[in-house]
Amino acid sequence: MSPALLVFFLVGTVAVAASILVVAMRNPVHSALFLLVTFLCVAILFVMKGAEFVGAVQVLVYAGGIMVLFLFVVMLINVRHLPDERVLSNFWKGGLAVGLAVFILFFTIIRTGVYHDPVASDKALRSTYTYHHRKVQQPDGTVARKLFRRGKVVGNSEAMGMALYTDYLVPFEVASLFLLVAMIGAIVIGKRELSAIEEENVPAYMLERVKTEHEVKEGMSA
Amino acid sequence: MPDAIPSTEAYLMLSGTLFAVGLVGVIIRRNMITVLMAVELMMNAVNINLVAFSHRFASLEGQAFTIFIITVAAGEAAVGLAIIIQLYRLKSTINVDDARSLNG
Repeated sequence: MSPALLVFFLVGTVAVAASILVVAMRNPVHSALFLLVTFLCVAILFVMKGAEFVGAVQVLVYAGGIMVLFLFVVMLINVRHLPDERVLSNFWKGGLAVGLAVFILFFTIIRTGVYHDPVASDKALRSTYTYHHRKVQQPDGTVARKLFRRGKVVGNSEAMGMALYTDYLVPFEVASLFLLVAMIGAIVIGKRELSAIEEENVPAYMLERVKTEHEVKEGMSA
Repeated sequence: MPDAIPSTEAYLMLSGTLFAVGLVGVIIRRNMITVLMAVELMMNAVNINLVAFSHRFASLEGQAFTIFIITVAAGEAAVGLAIIIQLYRLKSTINVDDARSLNG
Protein backbone atom coordinates (compact mmCIF):
# COMPACT_ATOMS: atom_id res chain seq x y z
CA MET A 1 0.00 0.00 0.00
CA SER A 2 1.43 3.31 -1.06
CA PRO A 3 1.74 6.20 1.41
CA ALA A 4 -0.94 8.16 -0.41
CA LEU A 5 -3.46 5.35 -0.03
CA LEU A 6 -2.55 4.97 3.63
CA VAL A 7 -3.13 8.68 4.21
CA PHE A 8 -6.42 8.47 2.32
CA PHE A 9 -7.74 5.62 4.43
CA LEU A 10 -6.63 7.24 7.68
CA VAL A 11 -8.06 10.66 6.83
CA GLY A 12 -11.20 9.19 5.32
CA THR A 13 -11.86 7.09 8.42
CA VAL A 14 -11.40 10.11 10.65
CA ALA A 15 -13.70 12.17 8.42
CA VAL A 16 -16.49 9.58 8.45
CA ALA A 17 -16.17 8.97 12.20
CA ALA A 18 -16.23 12.71 12.94
CA SER A 19 -19.24 13.22 10.67
CA ILE A 20 -21.13 10.46 12.50
CA LEU A 21 -20.25 12.14 15.79
CA VAL A 22 -21.53 15.48 14.43
CA VAL A 23 -24.93 13.88 14.05
CA ALA A 24 -24.74 11.85 17.27
CA MET A 25 -23.53 14.42 19.81
CA ARG A 26 -26.10 15.94 22.17
CA ASN A 27 -24.28 19.21 22.71
CA PRO A 28 -24.17 21.50 19.63
CA VAL A 29 -20.71 22.76 20.65
CA HIS A 30 -19.34 19.21 20.41
CA SER A 31 -21.10 18.79 17.07
CA ALA A 32 -19.47 21.99 15.80
CA LEU A 33 -16.01 20.88 16.87
CA PHE A 34 -16.40 17.48 15.19
CA LEU A 35 -17.66 19.27 12.09
CA LEU A 36 -14.40 21.23 12.17
CA VAL A 37 -12.45 17.94 12.20
CA THR A 38 -14.47 16.73 9.20
CA PHE A 39 -13.80 19.94 7.25
CA LEU A 40 -10.06 19.74 7.87
CA CYS A 41 -9.97 16.08 6.79
CA VAL A 42 -11.89 16.95 3.61
CA ALA A 43 -9.39 19.75 2.95
CA ILE A 44 -6.57 17.17 3.08
CA LEU A 45 -8.51 14.99 0.62
CA PHE A 46 -8.89 17.97 -1.72
CA VAL A 47 -5.16 18.59 -1.69
CA MET A 48 -4.52 14.92 -2.48
CA LYS A 49 -6.59 15.29 -5.66
CA GLY A 50 -4.57 18.25 -6.87
CA ALA A 51 -7.03 20.91 -5.68
CA GLU A 52 -4.74 22.97 -3.47
CA PHE A 53 -6.67 26.20 -3.91
CA VAL A 54 -10.00 24.58 -3.04
CA GLY A 55 -8.37 22.97 -0.01
CA ALA A 56 -7.13 26.36 1.17
CA VAL A 57 -10.54 27.93 0.59
CA GLN A 58 -12.11 25.04 2.50
CA VAL A 59 -9.89 25.75 5.49
CA LEU A 60 -10.37 29.52 5.30
CA VAL A 61 -14.10 29.71 4.61
CA TYR A 62 -15.46 26.57 6.24
CA ALA A 63 -13.11 26.00 9.14
CA GLY A 64 -12.41 29.69 9.66
CA GLY A 65 -15.64 31.45 8.81
CA ILE A 66 -18.65 29.18 8.93
CA MET A 67 -17.53 27.31 12.05
CA VAL A 68 -16.98 30.56 13.92
CA LEU A 69 -20.48 31.62 12.87
CA PHE A 70 -21.94 28.36 14.16
CA LEU A 71 -20.09 28.61 17.47
CA PHE A 72 -21.18 32.24 17.83
CA VAL A 73 -24.82 31.31 17.44
CA VAL A 74 -24.52 28.30 19.76
CA MET A 75 -23.02 30.55 22.44
CA LEU A 76 -25.49 33.36 21.72
CA ILE A 77 -28.71 31.44 22.18
CA ASN A 78 -27.33 29.17 24.88
CA VAL A 79 -30.01 26.49 24.96
CA ARG A 80 -29.79 24.35 28.05
CA HIS A 81 -30.67 20.76 27.36
CA LEU A 82 -32.06 18.71 30.17
CA PRO A 83 -30.21 15.40 30.53
CA ASP A 84 -33.28 13.33 29.72
CA GLU A 85 -34.53 15.53 26.90
CA ARG A 86 -35.18 13.94 23.54
CA VAL A 87 -32.70 15.02 20.88
CA LEU A 88 -34.11 12.86 18.11
CA SER A 89 -37.15 13.70 16.07
CA ASN A 90 -40.33 11.65 16.22
CA PHE A 91 -39.58 9.88 12.97
CA TRP A 92 -35.95 9.01 13.65
CA LYS A 93 -36.53 5.42 12.56
CA GLY A 94 -37.70 6.61 9.15
CA GLY A 95 -34.70 8.92 8.94
CA LEU A 96 -32.28 6.09 9.63
CA ALA A 97 -34.06 3.95 7.03
CA VAL A 98 -33.81 6.72 4.41
CA GLY A 99 -30.12 7.24 5.21
CA LEU A 100 -29.42 3.52 4.93
CA ALA A 101 -31.32 3.35 1.65
CA VAL A 102 -29.35 6.26 0.18
CA PHE A 103 -26.11 4.71 1.42
CA ILE A 104 -26.92 1.37 -0.26
CA LEU A 105 -28.04 3.22 -3.40
CA PHE A 106 -24.71 5.03 -3.67
CA PHE A 107 -22.74 1.87 -3.14
CA THR A 108 -24.66 0.02 -5.82
CA ILE A 109 -24.28 2.90 -8.27
CA ILE A 110 -20.52 3.19 -7.77
CA ARG A 111 -19.03 0.25 -9.61
CA THR A 112 -15.32 -0.17 -9.25
CA GLY A 113 -13.24 -0.15 -12.38
CA VAL A 114 -15.68 1.88 -14.46
CA TYR A 115 -13.87 5.19 -14.29
CA HIS A 116 -10.52 3.94 -15.63
CA ASP A 117 -8.29 6.26 -13.71
CA PRO A 118 -5.56 7.46 -16.02
CA VAL A 119 -1.99 7.70 -14.91
CA ALA A 120 -2.04 10.17 -12.08
CA SER A 121 -1.04 13.49 -13.56
CA ASP A 122 -2.61 16.70 -12.37
CA LYS A 123 -0.69 18.81 -14.87
CA ALA A 124 -3.94 20.06 -16.40
CA LEU A 125 -5.08 21.26 -12.99
CA ARG A 126 -1.95 23.35 -12.67
CA SER A 127 -1.76 24.89 -16.12
CA THR A 128 -3.27 27.98 -17.58
CA TYR A 129 -2.65 29.95 -20.73
CA THR A 130 -1.54 33.37 -21.76
CA TYR A 131 -2.34 35.38 -24.87
CA HIS A 132 0.31 36.98 -26.97
CA HIS A 133 0.57 38.68 -30.36
CA ARG A 134 2.69 37.31 -33.10
CA LYS A 135 3.45 38.69 -36.55
CA VAL A 136 2.13 36.41 -39.25
CA GLN A 137 3.03 36.54 -42.91
CA GLN A 138 -0.21 36.68 -44.87
CA PRO A 139 -0.55 34.94 -48.25
CA ASP A 140 -0.68 38.32 -50.04
CA GLY A 141 2.66 39.34 -48.58
CA THR A 142 1.46 41.70 -45.85
CA VAL A 143 2.33 41.14 -42.21
CA ALA A 144 -0.54 40.97 -39.70
CA ARG A 145 -0.55 40.74 -35.92
CA LYS A 146 -2.54 37.77 -34.68
CA LEU A 147 -3.51 36.67 -31.21
CA PHE A 148 -2.20 33.30 -30.07
CA ARG A 149 -2.83 31.26 -26.97
CA ARG A 150 0.06 29.62 -25.23
CA GLY A 151 -0.28 27.01 -22.53
CA LYS A 152 1.75 27.49 -19.39
CA VAL A 153 2.27 25.30 -16.34
CA VAL A 154 1.92 27.33 -13.16
CA GLY A 155 0.34 26.41 -9.84
CA ASN A 156 -3.17 25.33 -9.03
CA SER A 157 -3.97 28.65 -7.38
CA GLU A 158 -2.89 30.68 -10.40
CA ALA A 159 -4.74 28.37 -12.75
CA MET A 160 -7.88 28.65 -10.63
CA GLY A 161 -7.58 32.43 -10.50
CA MET A 162 -7.21 32.56 -14.25
CA ALA A 163 -10.24 30.30 -14.71
CA LEU A 164 -12.37 32.29 -12.27
CA TYR A 165 -11.54 35.63 -13.88
CA THR A 166 -11.89 34.51 -17.51
CA ASP A 167 -14.15 31.51 -18.13
CA TYR A 168 -16.22 31.96 -14.96
CA LEU A 169 -16.31 35.73 -14.73
CA VAL A 170 -20.10 36.06 -14.89
CA PRO A 171 -20.78 33.33 -12.27
CA PHE A 172 -18.08 34.93 -10.14
CA GLU A 173 -19.82 38.31 -10.24
CA VAL A 174 -23.18 36.66 -9.58
CA ALA A 175 -21.61 34.94 -6.56
CA SER A 176 -20.41 38.29 -5.22
CA LEU A 177 -23.90 39.71 -5.67
CA PHE A 178 -25.30 36.63 -3.94
CA LEU A 179 -23.01 37.20 -0.98
CA LEU A 180 -24.13 40.83 -0.76
CA VAL A 181 -27.79 39.78 -0.79
CA ALA A 182 -27.12 37.07 1.81
CA MET A 183 -25.35 39.58 4.05
CA ILE A 184 -28.18 42.11 3.83
CA GLY A 185 -30.74 39.36 4.37
CA ALA A 186 -28.93 38.01 7.42
CA ILE A 187 -28.72 41.51 8.93
CA VAL A 188 -32.39 42.27 8.25
CA ILE A 189 -33.59 38.91 9.55
CA GLY A 190 -31.36 38.92 12.61
CA LYS A 191 -32.16 42.52 13.59
CA ARG A 192 -34.04 42.93 16.84
CA GLU A 193 -37.39 44.62 16.46
CA LEU A 194 -37.95 47.10 19.25
CA SER A 195 -41.61 47.41 18.27
CA ALA A 196 -42.11 43.74 19.20
CA ILE A 197 -42.63 44.89 22.76
CA GLU A 198 -46.24 45.74 21.92
CA GLU A 199 -46.98 42.27 20.63
CA GLU A 200 -48.10 39.37 22.70
CA ASN A 201 -46.02 36.39 23.71
CA VAL A 202 -42.80 38.33 24.02
CA PRO A 203 -40.24 36.34 26.01
CA ALA A 204 -39.35 37.84 29.36
CA TYR A 205 -35.66 38.18 28.60
CA MET A 206 -36.47 40.32 25.59
CA LEU A 207 -38.65 42.73 27.57
CA GLU A 208 -35.81 43.08 30.02
CA ARG A 209 -33.29 43.74 27.29
CA VAL A 210 -35.49 46.38 25.66
CA LYS A 211 -36.03 48.01 29.04
CA THR A 212 -32.31 48.21 29.80
CA GLU A 213 -31.73 49.54 26.30
CA HIS A 214 -34.19 52.37 26.93
CA GLU A 215 -32.60 53.07 30.28
CA VAL A 216 -29.17 53.27 28.71
CA LYS A 217 -30.48 55.64 26.04
CA GLU A 218 -32.12 57.88 28.64
CA GLY A 219 -28.97 57.86 30.72
CA MET A 220 -26.94 58.94 27.73
CA SER A 221 -29.29 61.76 26.74
CA ALA A 222 -29.63 63.03 30.31
CA MET B 1 4.70 3.13 -7.37
CA PRO B 2 5.07 6.67 -6.09
CA ASP B 3 2.01 8.08 -7.80
CA ALA B 4 -0.62 5.61 -6.59
CA ILE B 5 -3.14 8.10 -5.31
CA PRO B 6 -6.59 6.89 -4.23
CA SER B 7 -8.94 6.10 -7.08
CA THR B 8 -12.04 8.03 -8.06
CA GLU B 9 -14.20 5.20 -6.74
CA ALA B 10 -12.70 5.50 -3.27
CA TYR B 11 -13.53 9.21 -3.24
CA LEU B 12 -17.06 8.55 -4.46
CA MET B 13 -17.63 5.98 -1.71
CA LEU B 14 -16.34 8.36 0.95
CA SER B 15 -18.50 11.17 -0.38
CA GLY B 16 -21.54 8.88 -0.50
CA THR B 17 -20.99 7.90 3.11
CA LEU B 18 -20.67 11.53 4.21
CA PHE B 19 -23.79 12.46 2.24
CA ALA B 20 -25.81 9.65 3.82
CA VAL B 21 -24.65 10.63 7.31
CA GLY B 22 -25.60 14.25 6.62
CA LEU B 23 -29.01 13.20 5.32
CA VAL B 24 -29.66 11.13 8.43
CA GLY B 25 -28.65 14.13 10.55
CA VAL B 26 -31.01 16.45 8.68
CA ILE B 27 -33.92 14.08 9.18
CA ILE B 28 -33.50 12.77 12.71
CA ARG B 29 -32.18 15.71 14.71
CA ARG B 30 -34.49 18.18 16.44
CA ASN B 31 -31.91 20.86 17.17
CA MET B 32 -32.00 23.29 14.25
CA ILE B 33 -28.32 24.21 14.55
CA THR B 34 -27.31 20.58 14.23
CA VAL B 35 -29.61 20.23 11.23
CA LEU B 36 -27.80 23.14 9.58
CA MET B 37 -24.45 21.49 10.35
CA ALA B 38 -25.68 18.29 8.69
CA VAL B 39 -26.62 20.31 5.60
CA GLU B 40 -23.05 21.65 5.49
CA LEU B 41 -21.85 18.06 5.71
CA MET B 42 -23.92 17.11 2.66
CA MET B 43 -22.57 20.08 0.69
CA ASN B 44 -19.05 18.98 1.57
CA ALA B 45 -19.79 15.50 0.25
CA VAL B 46 -20.86 17.02 -3.06
CA ASN B 47 -17.64 19.05 -3.14
CA ILE B 48 -15.59 15.86 -2.71
CA ASN B 49 -17.35 14.37 -5.74
CA LEU B 50 -16.69 17.44 -7.86
CA VAL B 51 -13.01 17.57 -6.95
CA ALA B 52 -12.56 13.85 -7.58
CA PHE B 53 -14.09 14.09 -11.06
CA SER B 54 -12.17 17.28 -11.76
CA HIS B 55 -9.00 15.27 -11.21
CA ARG B 56 -10.32 12.32 -13.18
CA PHE B 57 -11.15 14.38 -16.26
CA ALA B 58 -8.16 16.72 -15.81
CA SER B 59 -10.36 19.80 -15.96
CA LEU B 60 -10.69 22.81 -13.70
CA GLU B 61 -14.46 23.03 -14.06
CA GLY B 62 -15.17 20.87 -11.04
CA GLN B 63 -12.93 22.96 -8.82
CA ALA B 64 -14.51 26.19 -10.05
CA PHE B 65 -17.96 24.86 -9.19
CA THR B 66 -16.64 23.77 -5.79
CA ILE B 67 -15.69 27.39 -5.11
CA PHE B 68 -19.21 28.51 -6.00
CA ILE B 69 -20.75 25.81 -3.80
CA ILE B 70 -18.60 26.98 -0.88
CA THR B 71 -19.84 30.54 -1.54
CA VAL B 72 -23.47 29.40 -1.51
CA ALA B 73 -22.85 27.37 1.66
CA ALA B 74 -21.49 30.45 3.40
CA GLY B 75 -24.52 32.53 2.45
CA GLU B 76 -26.88 29.75 3.40
CA ALA B 77 -25.25 29.35 6.82
CA ALA B 78 -25.45 33.10 7.49
CA VAL B 79 -29.13 33.41 6.57
CA GLY B 80 -30.06 30.12 8.25
CA LEU B 81 -28.40 31.10 11.51
CA ALA B 82 -30.12 34.50 11.41
CA ILE B 83 -33.44 32.70 11.02
CA ILE B 84 -32.56 30.43 13.95
CA ILE B 85 -31.75 33.44 16.15
CA GLN B 86 -35.02 35.11 15.21
CA LEU B 87 -36.95 31.89 15.88
CA TYR B 88 -35.34 31.64 19.30
CA ARG B 89 -36.33 35.22 20.07
CA LEU B 90 -39.92 34.62 19.06
CA LYS B 91 -40.50 31.11 20.41
CA SER B 92 -37.67 30.54 22.91
CA THR B 93 -36.91 27.24 21.20
CA ILE B 94 -34.82 25.98 18.33
CA ASN B 95 -36.48 22.61 17.97
CA VAL B 96 -37.54 21.87 14.44
CA ASP B 97 -40.71 20.16 15.64
CA ASP B 98 -41.84 23.24 17.59
CA ALA B 99 -41.64 25.62 14.63
CA ARG B 100 -45.04 24.82 13.19
CA SER B 101 -46.85 28.15 13.01
CA LEU B 102 -47.39 27.70 9.28
CA ASN B 103 -48.90 24.27 9.85
CA GLY B 104 -52.48 25.57 9.59
